[in-house]
Amino acid sequence: MSTLSREPLPPAAGPTGPLPPAGADPPRVPLALTAVRAVAALVAVAALAVTLWGGIDERGAALAFAVLIGVGELARWSGAEERESAPLAAAGALAYALLGENAGHPTHDGVPQIVAVVTAASLLGCVPHVAKGRGPTADHLTRRVLTVAFAAVCFQPLYNEGRLTEWAGTGPAYAALVVALLLLTALWDAVLAAAMAHARTRWPFGPLLRDELRGTLGIGSAVCATGAVMALAVAVAGLWALPVLCLPLLLTQLSFRRYAAVRTTYRQTIASLARATEIAGYTPAGHARRVAALSRAVGRELGLSGPELTILEYAALMHDIGQLSLVDPVPGGATAALAPAEQRRIALLGGAVVRQTGVAAEVAVVVERQADPYREQPVSASIVRAVNAYEETAGEAGPGGPFRALEELRLGTARDYRPEVVESLARVLARDGLTLPLVG
Amino acid sequence: MRSVPPWARVYVVCTALAAAFCAVPVPDTRAPWPAVALFAVLCAACELLAASRFAGDGGPEGAGASGEPGASLRWHTPVMLAAAFLLPPPAAALVPLPGALLARVEQRPRRLRRVWRAAQLALSTWAASKVHWSLGGRDAVVTSDFPYALVAAGAAVVAFCLVLTVLDGGILALAERVPVRAAWRGLFLRSLAPVAVHGLAGLMMAVLWRSPYGPAAALLVLLPMYVSWWVFAQYHRERAAHRATIRALVQAVDIKDGYTRGHSERVGQASMMIARELGMDDERAEVLRFAGILHDVGKLGVPTRLLRKDGPLTPEERRVIELHPEYGHEMVRGIGFLGEARSAILHHHERLDGSGYPYGLKGGQIPEFARVVAVADAFDAMTSTRSYRRARPVPVALEELERCAGAQFDPRMVEAFVRALVRQGWHPAVTADETPPHAEPHHPPAPRVPTDPDSGRRTDRAAGPDPRRGTVGGSGSGP
Repeated sequence: MSTLSREPLPPAAGPTGPLPPAGADPPRVPLALTAVRAVAALVAVAALAVTLWGGIDERGAALAFAVLIGVGELARWSGAEERESAPLAAAGALAYALLGENAGHPTHDGVPQIVAVVTAASLLGCVPHVAKGRGPTADHLTRRVLTVAFAAVCFQPLYNEGRLTEWAGTGPAYAALVVALLLLTALWDAVLAAAMAHARTRWPFGPLLRDELRGTLGIGSAVCATGAVMALAVAVAGLWALPVLCLPLLLTQLSFRRYAAVRTTYRQTIASLARATEIAGYTPAGHARRVAALSRAVGRELGLSGPELTILEYAALMHDIGQLSLVDPVPGGATAALAPAEQRRIALLGGAVVRQTGVAAEVAVVVERQADPYREQPVSASIVRAVNAYEETAGEAGPGGPFRALEELRLGTARDYRPEVVESLARVLARDGLTLPLVG
Repeated sequence: MRSVPPWARVYVVCTALAAAFCAVPVPDTRAPWPAVALFAVLCAACELLAASRFAGDGGPEGAGASGEPGASLRWHTPVMLAAAFLLPPPAAALVPLPGALLARVEQRPRRLRRVWRAAQLALSTWAASKVHWSLGGRDAVVTSDFPYALVAAGAAVVAFCLVLTVLDGGILALAERVPVRAAWRGLFLRSLAPVAVHGLAGLMMAVLWRSPYGPAAALLVLLPMYVSWWVFAQYHRERAAHRATIRALVQAVDIKDGYTRGHSERVGQASMMIARELGMDDERAEVLRFAGILHDVGKLGVPTRLLRKDGPLTPEERRVIELHPEYGHEMVRGIGFLGEARSAILHHHERLDGSGYPYGLKGGQIPEFARVVAVADAFDAMTSTRSYRRARPVPVALEELERCAGAQFDPRMVEAFVRALVRQGWHPAVTADETPPHAEPHHPPAPRVPTDPDSGRRTDRAAGPDPRRGTVGGSGSGP
């Protein structure tokens, strides 16, 4: 442990300013992102140029798909953490990329035309969103262009040369091939999204990819299925299939929206419950929120998955709720300085309150075990414990507090604080500059 | 439907007979029997998949066989409709049978419910198929003759929905004793939109089923339906958890303040009654209910010692307690959906003459929701038993409210509340541990607690409005 504590402290811990590391790191962060965006822009511009030069084949189909994609973009919903915010546009774009026949007649749209139509329609559909300043449009479009280009490059040349029908005929095998191509595209999209998120946030790539893939199982699978069905149904029934297939997918989007809304409300209610201790004067203002944000960052650093992070966040928000049962407040709300038995008693009281609230039982377990020695704790509980202790010490100690707080945590790694968590916390602080808890 | 009325049994048996009658011509029908079997197996598989995935979760469909409208609609309805679009009517009627007969049913009587659901679905599918067949829709589907295929499918969907809702309304009227008119009202229009979406999916399934790509491609249509159904189930679970959290929040307040259990819930209920009486729409009434439920949530921020103090309160202590509306407002500030309810939480101790707190607003300056909650709060405080006095009967409490209307309460709200009580009576959903006030209308008059001139608290709680400030019980927070 001594080697660990001798490690040079992150520059972030300096008292000079809250965000020095953020100032030191960013030049590297957007570089990868800029490169990806530049590639997408290049692809789009090249496709548009080629298409303008050569003219558009199959105007009816191009127009129908463009309208579908444009409307899908218009109906996009800038949800907080949604993986696919414009499912209709995504499905339409994929279907256009994988379009082989239109009502029995083979089509010969080249890759450039497909990319050009999708780009133009998406740009038009995005105009109102950009005008209202909603949602990160650039990344959204980047992903759309690169994903569609991937699908089109995989499918169209093979189809136009007749190889595809040679291999698979026009029966069920062809449908299976389309589905397989879509799966490949979904995989590519997930990798792309995870890579972009990684470039933006510098969270570890593995868990990000896992979360993206899990998201693909939800609305992503509905989008892929609709994309495949659209491509096949247009081949059989012509362009009438498009509006008919829109409605089921819109229903899916609606369900997701309602779910997202109720989740948001729920999170807000939990945060309010957490604020009760602050308003009662048991804990400093903003403490629960800061512990939750920092715990989430540490959990992500340690590679916890999406649902685990939610449990961790809820538990961190409510970790002090047991103090509500105390008749007199603990001075400064600093539970980390209390005797272990007392800490554990408060933790158990908190668990009892949390169990009444209807959140998952795992949350209550984390709250209950937050004061145990780390060897007996689940990882999430040890994260809450370490972050809480850091927050309390760093907040009290004034300038230089973050240094001292980390130092104390490192000294406590024999029994109280899990060493990996403490080191992860140090890395998060160095990176994100969440050092002075008084900020925010 | 604990004990099934005999007429309901007769009704179910008749429906089953009608369904059997529809399937009578089966032996003489020329139908693609492998396709019929495949459809039936698919239906049953979907049904079992749904049951195994969400056993005990109380998903959106829950267990309801006949209870709620549209209960027979599940995410695999497109399978039945696709069968109706492709098969001759008697064969189509067979498709939903195995699934409905095998499905898990939660509520008793299980066998009757299974039979009912199977018969209902068979009849609806048969009707849809009949209409579709007679319009020549099948050929339109097979040749993908497009605008016309949509017309035929639309007619079939309307027939399906009509039969489904008429049968549903009948069972509601007979088994649940819902008045006939109420049972049918809106049922059809409400279920038409979902059935139409299912119908479009079913049409695409049928088209792909007959295309060179085959039934496997048709299955892909089901995936979006399955996903949205799954999300819908998650939504219900999350919403239930949210409600539990709010309940826990108010229970914490009730315990902390030594209220009789359920004070907050009852205030929510009374606020809702006033909202209905004032003709507010459902959404606002629901928000107002939350305002009532959460009105005292700020007391979580007041030390328990002060809330439960037995003796008189010093002016400083009273000031601390009077901070609770602001604490409450601060706490719920981040909850977006509460909207107007937040102002009610902040201002529910304001009084019409401007002598309330925290801001001393007057008359129309006080938000409407706050005026409603003030009346509901005072009423429940008076009609429930507290540690320091017994509950007062409802009429006495109403008299008090009317006496203080104008000075403390908005007369419009008091009137609305009186009217609502006359019409519906007072049936608190969560009753106190002690005898509920409405059960004993001939209560002895509330005993007076010895009056302490310094303490408005004891005095006005026991004796109703203090002549000087006219405080009625309030929420028990004192002055």
